[in-house]
Amino acid sequence: MPRRVAIQLLSLFFAACSLAAQAPSPPAAKFAIVLDAAHGGDDPGGRIGNLSEKAFTLAFNVRLRSLLSARGFQVVTTREQDAAMDSTRRAEIANRANAIACLSLHASESGSGVHLFVSSLTPAPPMRFPGWKTAQAAYATRSLALAGVLNSSLQQAGMTVTLGRTALMTVDSMACPAVAVEVAPERDAEHKITGELDSAEYQARVAEAIAAGLLEWRTEGRQP
Amino acid sequence: MIPRHQKVIFALLLVASLAMAALLWQLRQRAHQRMIAGEDAAPTSAPEVAPAVQATLLVASDADNSLITQNRSLPLPTDPGARARAVLGKLLDLYSTPDSTHPVPGGASSIAQVFLLPADAVKPAAAAGHAATTHADAPAAKEPDSTGPLLAVVNLTGSFVAGHPSGLETETLTVLSICGTLHANLPRVTEVRFLVDGHAQATLAGHADLTRTYLAADAVPSEGSHP
Repeated sequence: MPRRVAIQLLSLFFAACSLAAQAPSPPAAKFAIVLDAAHGGDDPGGRIGNLSEKAFTLAFNVRLRSLLSARGFQVVTTREQDAAMDSTRRAEIANRANAIACLSLHASESGSGVHLFVSSLTPAPPMRFPGWKTAQAAYATRSLALAGVLNSSLQQAGMTVTLGRTALMTVDSMACPAVAVEVAPERDAEHKITGELDSAEYQARVAEAIAAGLLEWRTEGRQP
Repeated sequence: MIPRHQKVIFALLLVASLAMAALLWQLRQRAHQRMIAGEDAAPTSAPEVAPAVQATLLVASDADNSLITQNRSLPLPTDPGARARAVLGKLLDLYSTPDSTHPVPGGASSIAQVFLLPADAVKPAAAAGHAATTHADAPAAKEPDSTGPLLAVVNLTGSFVAGHPSGLETETLTVLSICGTLHANLPRVTEVRFLVDGHAQATLAGHADLTRTYLAADAVPSEGSHP
């Protein structure tokens, strides 16, 4: 009798092992995207008409998260509510996600279309213990490539895009391909506004184009 | 008949009045001497107007996120620190005009000081994060004798920073145009740091990092390129 029980237990154990081996792996970390809605809490950011930058970035963050989730990405956000968060905490969340792309979301009334900024740190080879404020240096080349893919996608969607490099503390501390996306009103050749920042249609166009760009980034196999 | 004690009081008051009159006369004479001495020390020659020289300004444009090189003839002082301040003042004057391509209020008075220090001498302090206070207190407003690279410490006024529009592009352009203009007019300036009212500040208006040292040459755009 005890022998039969032992055999049954052993067979159960092997069955469990077999199921575990066949079980689908958890969502691949290589397809994670970090969305960092800039500002929040007592840091309102810039003014955008009657709206604050922190409110815009949070709303845009939600919109983009939905689009990315629908495309099979694992989306990690640095904030989901109007809460203050310093650049260190934001970078910590991003660095734990092992993401294929990290986007810092901003908005401004100046300029036109979408501004894509990459860290101005000089590209450096990966180090075992990189400096916190210069962690992005090892990813600078891939961040430039990511900005290029997003640029193509936004331009295909008929948007005006400007590319640049900047010194932004959150992005400089991110250990992933990172781009700061600043959404500005769309303007025509005479600088008349054709797409308002508070327009849901305009926000949707920008978000769709970014999501398409990230899909291409994943498809092209540029994961870390 | 006048009582004796009243006579004594009258005499005392008279003596006091005379003594005070003498003292006043003496004080007046001293003040007069001081005034004459001050006049002797005053400059007798009119200040010279600096000759106009060619200055290069890297003017930001929000429309296309670019820095455009403009050459201007400006009367600039010979002292490098004063020259740097004058050139940056002109740049910020352009930004404060109504038809500016990069509107930022404030104008020339937004630059409180520009300190020039040997770049190599301050590197350890900058790495340790204490550069800001070191620069503000250092007796370094004068040009060092060596011909090596210089670190420019630009001290902005708090009112300029408070009035600066918030945004990644606009803040980055302001910082880069300041760095590029300094390097274009003082090629020895290779690095730039920023203070606000003499203290280190995290960002310009919520975005551009003001705690780091900027490489001035990186801000100078190649023809037709963006920063």
